[in-house]
Amino acid sequence: MIDVSELKAGQTIYLTGTIYTARDAAHGRLKALLDAGEKSPVDFEGKFIYYAGPTPERPGRPIGAIGPTTSSRMDSFISYMPSLKVAGMIGKGDRSDKVIEACKKYKMVYLLATGGAGALLARCVKSSKVVAFDDLGCEAIRELTVENFPVIVAYDTLGGNIFQRTK
Amino acid sequence: MREIGFKEISDVVSAAIGECCYHLGDYAKCNIKRALEKETNALAKEVLRQIDDNASAAEEDNTPICQDTGIAVVFAEIGRDVHLSCDLYEAVNAGVKEAYDKFYLRKSVADPLTRINTKDNTPAVVHITLNSGDKIRLKIAPKGAGSENMSKVAMLNPSDGKEGIKKFVVDTVKVAGGRPCPPLYIGVGIGGDLEKCCILAKEALLRSDLSVDPAIRELEREIKEELNKTNIGPMGLGGDTTCFDVFINTFPCHIASLPVAVNIQCHANRHIEVEI
Repeated sequence: MIDVSELKAGQTIYLTGTIYTARDAAHGRLKALLDAGEKSPVDFEGKFIYYAGPTPERPGRPIGAIGPTTSSRMDSFISYMPSLKVAGMIGKGDRSDKVIEACKKYKMVYLLATGGAGALLARCVKSSKVVAFDDLGCEAIRELTVENFPVIVAYDTLGGNIFQRTK
Repeated sequence: MREIGFKEISDVVSAAIGECCYHLGDYAKCNIKRALEKETNALAKEVLRQIDDNASAAEEDNTPICQDTGIAVVFAEIGRDVHLSCDLYEAVNAGVKEAYDKFYLRKSVADPLTRINTKDNTPAVVHITLNSGDKIRLKIAPKGAGSENMSKVAMLNPSDGKEGIKKFVVDTVKVAGGRPCPPLYIGVGIGGDLEKCCILAKEALLRSDLSVDPAIRELEREIKEELNKTNIGPMGLGGDTTCFDVFINTFPCHIASLPVAVNIQCHANRHIEVEI
């Protein structure tokens, strides 16, 4: 989708391609599977995980409102991201230092989507299907095809951090 | 005595929740537009532009404003001359259940320990008070968790005074940073006891006007000004716009206490008041 090592904190980019939703409950399930030595039900290699749980789609529509949720709740799962070979994560808000370090060490990026812009972001989602943990409802893992999905680079692969100035 | 029944209540609750999940109130829309004009930070301006466009996108596309359509919080003021021919909690919950299905809203309520979803977004959090008259006034807010999670309560010392209160509010917002989706609305409950100050703070968030008490209004303005100097900015990315409004509700407290609750609300300030 994109060469993440070229991204710099503070840059605005537009994603086009496949991304996967996963939030609190899906991360819990993934952790349990990986801890048990099993494989992830989804191949995340080179893809972004989007911390989001949409509203139900209306008939004939690909998705409902789909803005980001607070990323720091998923910080405790960061050590699982390199083994899933994700390109990075999309969410909102700052995160712990171990996420900044992991981004640097494993060449991942953390991107921000605008929180509370779920209706606007839905316009960038062209198709959507549940690919794992269907029973989790809005917390299931969905494969999204997005077009020009606007994000801001928060943590880059060199340790750059957009939130630095407020700390 | 005026008789009010199950369906009257559930219908009103359902329609009210649908309305506020899709249509941002004029007051909240104006705040966004005003901030967009005044904001000097370029990235903050871009975020505010998206937030502004989002309100129109929600209406044009019939998509909820935000995917977190909240847990339903209902303040019910019941007139003493009303005779309820039903269980109020059941009627409110029936309205919630209907709304979250009918309007394609996300069901975000789960058991706190098993985390098993209740699958209909019930139960609502209901606060009941009595007043005069023969009507029921309902103040309803689908409250999102991103902002709720960053809220705090403190049992301050009476000697901490106004400065202590201001510091607690500002520190709470600073710790929250970009997580609760700023620009924010801050509900502050001062006084009462532990639970009373939290309820005061939540109810303060359902206001759209500053306090009628001049001293309180001044404090609301002072705290807002402090917050807008923090450079937290929209989504925590820096800028002049961190807080749209501070609303303070007070209640007398014990001579040894100064309870203060800070309830945070994101820029998608969804609340509505209806009368039956």
